[in-house]
Amino acid sequence: MKKYVALAALLVVSGFFLLSAIEMHSFGSPAEEDMDRYFIENAQEETSTNNVVTSIVFDYRGFDTLGEATVLFTAVVGVSLLFRRLRK
Amino acid sequence: MMSKIVRTITNILYSSILIFGFYIIMHGHLTPGGGFQGGAVVASGIALVLIAYGYDTAKDWIKKSNLSILESIGGLAFIGVAFLGIGTTFFYNFLANSGTLFGNPTVIGINPGDLNTAGVLPLMSWAVGLKVLAGLGSIILLMAYGIKKGDEK
Repeated sequence: MKKYVALAALLVVSGFFLLSAIEMHSFGSPAEEDMDRYFIENAQEETSTNNVVTSIVFDYRGFDTLGEATVLFTAVVGVSLLFRRLRK
Repeated sequence: MMSKIVRTITNILYSSILIFGFYIIMHGHLTPGGGFQGGAVVASGIALVLIAYGYDTAKDWIKKSNLSILESIGGLAFIGVAFLGIGTTFFYNFLANSGTLFGNPTVIGINPGDLNTAGVLPLMSWAVGLKVLAGLGSIILLMAYGIKKGDEK
């Protein structure tokens, strides 16, 4: 039973990955123009921020920052687990 | 604990480093920098105190339990601010150009910058800054503790 659940989960996840792989742009396109132009021209108006880098990090790519914060948290947990052994 | 010269210089520099770090966090939406960078600067100030005064003296000033509370507050505030905009999408900037807190409209083009702009970005900067300074600070404290224990064995 457990094996079938794992197999089904694997199929679903790999299906999503395959879908996104099929939908992906071909290598080298779009040229940098598309996204760069959009950020440079609209970031100041949409997020009312002078610093475009911050507007990308905390607004357009907020999920990425959430992942970075999780990575930092994991690092702290790992270090504290490593040095906890010394307390004995 | 290091020599008197190092400790005196630390006393002078420590507050400047902290103020500079918090300045970078606060002006993340106007000048280069932001939460991660400012938090790292503040953590470097903590590292300076730790090296100059040694683990035994510095651990009373910088309590590790307080740092873990700070890190939790930072993480929860970050996710909480992201959830506040869920009326539109997760991580929606609902305060920008609204006229309330951090809601002044920005002049399009080159301008000197207004601190009261950018919507939720300064709040997220502060949340991430608290998280990074507490996380890196506790990593440094734990490593100093490990070095001390390793020397004793």
